[in-house]
Amino acid sequence: MPSQNVALSLHAPRARSERVIARVLQACGWLSVLTTAGIVAVLLFEALGFFREVSVIDFLTDTEWTPLFADKHFGIWPLLSGTLLTTIIAIAVALPLGLLAAIYLSEFARPRVAGVLKPVLEMLAGVPTVVYGYFALTLVTPALQRFVPGLSGFNALSPGIVMGIMILPIIASLSEDAITAVPASLREGAYALGGTKLGAVFRVVLPSASSGIIAAVILGVSRAIGETMIVAIAAGQQPRLTADPRVPLETMTAYIVQVSLGDTPTGTLEYRTIFAVGLSLFVMTLLLNAVSHRMRARILKGGAL
Amino acid sequence: MRAENIHAWFGPTHALKGVTMSIVDRQVTAIIGPSGCGKSTFVRCLNRMHEVVPGARVEGKVLLDGQNIYGTRINPVRVRRHVGMVFQKPNPFPTMTIRENVLAGLRLNGQSSSDPEHVVETALKQAALWEEVKDTLGKSGSSLSGGQQQRLCIARALALEPDVLLMDEPCSALDPIATARIEELVHELSSKYTIVIVTHNMQQAARVADFTAFFYQGEIVEYGETDVIFTRPQNQRTEDYITGRFG
Repeated sequence: MPSQNVALSLHAPRARSERVIARVLQACGWLSVLTTAGIVAVLLFEALGFFREVSVIDFLTDTEWTPLFADKHFGIWPLLSGTLLTTIIAIAVALPLGLLAAIYLSEFARPRVAGVLKPVLEMLAGVPTVVYGYFALTLVTPALQRFVPGLSGFNALSPGIVMGIMILPIIASLSEDAITAVPASLREGAYALGGTKLGAVFRVVLPSASSGIIAAVILGVSRAIGETMIVAIAAGQQPRLTADPRVPLETMTAYIVQVSLGDTPTGTLEYRTIFAVGLSLFVMTLLLNAVSHRMRARILKGGAL
Repeated sequence: MRAENIHAWFGPTHALKGVTMSIVDRQVTAIIGPSGCGKSTFVRCLNRMHEVVPGARVEGKVLLDGQNIYGTRINPVRVRRHVGMVFQKPNPFPTMTIRENVLAGLRLNGQSSSDPEHVVETALKQAALWEEVKDTLGKSGSSLSGGQQQRLCIARALALEPDVLLMDEPCSALDPIATARIEELVHELSSKYTIVIVTHNMQQAARVADFTAFFYQGEIVEYGETDVIFTRPQNQRTEDYITGRFG
């Protein structure tokens, strides 16, 4: 073949359409970045307005949150503790159940059973959270009141448990993926050493899947922290610094709902409180993400936690 | 150890068609043959690892000290304690340290050793790894080189003091120097253990094995002393294979 033919084929001008497509894709990528930046900007701007009137120190040290009362206090702790308490209850429910479900699905269930169970479990994730909220308020709370003395109609326990059920599929499904991704050679290595199925799962497979399981739990925690409807419906609207899961309290998200839906005029200090609370939520999820990143990096570098 | 009329299936595929062979104690027996001849399947039948794969099935007997390991009251988990196995690709447990890897067998069996340090040192010395790792026992097992990892896997198997050690192409993922070390080790270990080694490398079989079996299409074609198999094979197919005419 003469060499100039090769040179000609190299000149084929198809670059323009590719450049257009690349631009479109680039724009899509930037759109999400810009949206995030916009949200952060709004949060920061409004929160700054709030912190011009209320000092950060009061916000972080005051133990009362009463911005809608005559005697105003702006301490985040009651809302923060409400969020933490419901989240802890949710994880206490979802982690053991989700992990055991994942172990069962990946190691013990026959493929046919797993093929039915996994989609059904994932359907739980599709239930609207407002339905979960009413489920907590009208079914779980009355049921719990029979066993738990002193349980109020609004409390942290019931929405916490229901939130646990809500994030169960996330934790189960992602943990199952992580467990299934553990190479078969490690399982075989454990069996060849006289390990039982359970021994192989708990000593070899789960530790090897720990990074994925931790990622699953952190995602579940983020969902629980950000969850709004369940706690707004079933936990009450009384900011309270307490570790007692039986009494009404209010989470950060539920407070934002309360103010957003109420008749607080825009631009007032009361109105701006929701941006300060929103910013705090944002910082929490950001921290969680950072922690999960560091943990993953540490595990990937080799060795256990 | 003796295998009697072993048949094995993967789903509908009949991978082993009636293999009978006696394995001599404290000798190295090599199993050679072309890919897909059933040699790996055969050794996995000797410690009941074949049935771990979904859809896999075994028929026949394997006698270990006169006891059929496929007998009705036999627990496969206990069998694997007595018949250790080293795999093609080194598979140290990545979340465990070198020390924990050696002790993994004991832990998996729910046993605690009265002197774990002694177990670790003895096993690593037997696997000729002690000198290289004695100062770094707390490091991750996956931080070692491929050859070291494979010797760690051998140490891990030896820590259980098995009667038989099965090695399924233990050098196929290793470089020539690491391979030479493993071969040397196999030779040393044969004074204490019965070893069955699967290999597709005929020179390796000739170097390390006292006895060699040639497998072809799920059947045992020829089995005898390594010298005889390599110098005066009785069967035409054995001769064709070892002279490189097929396989």
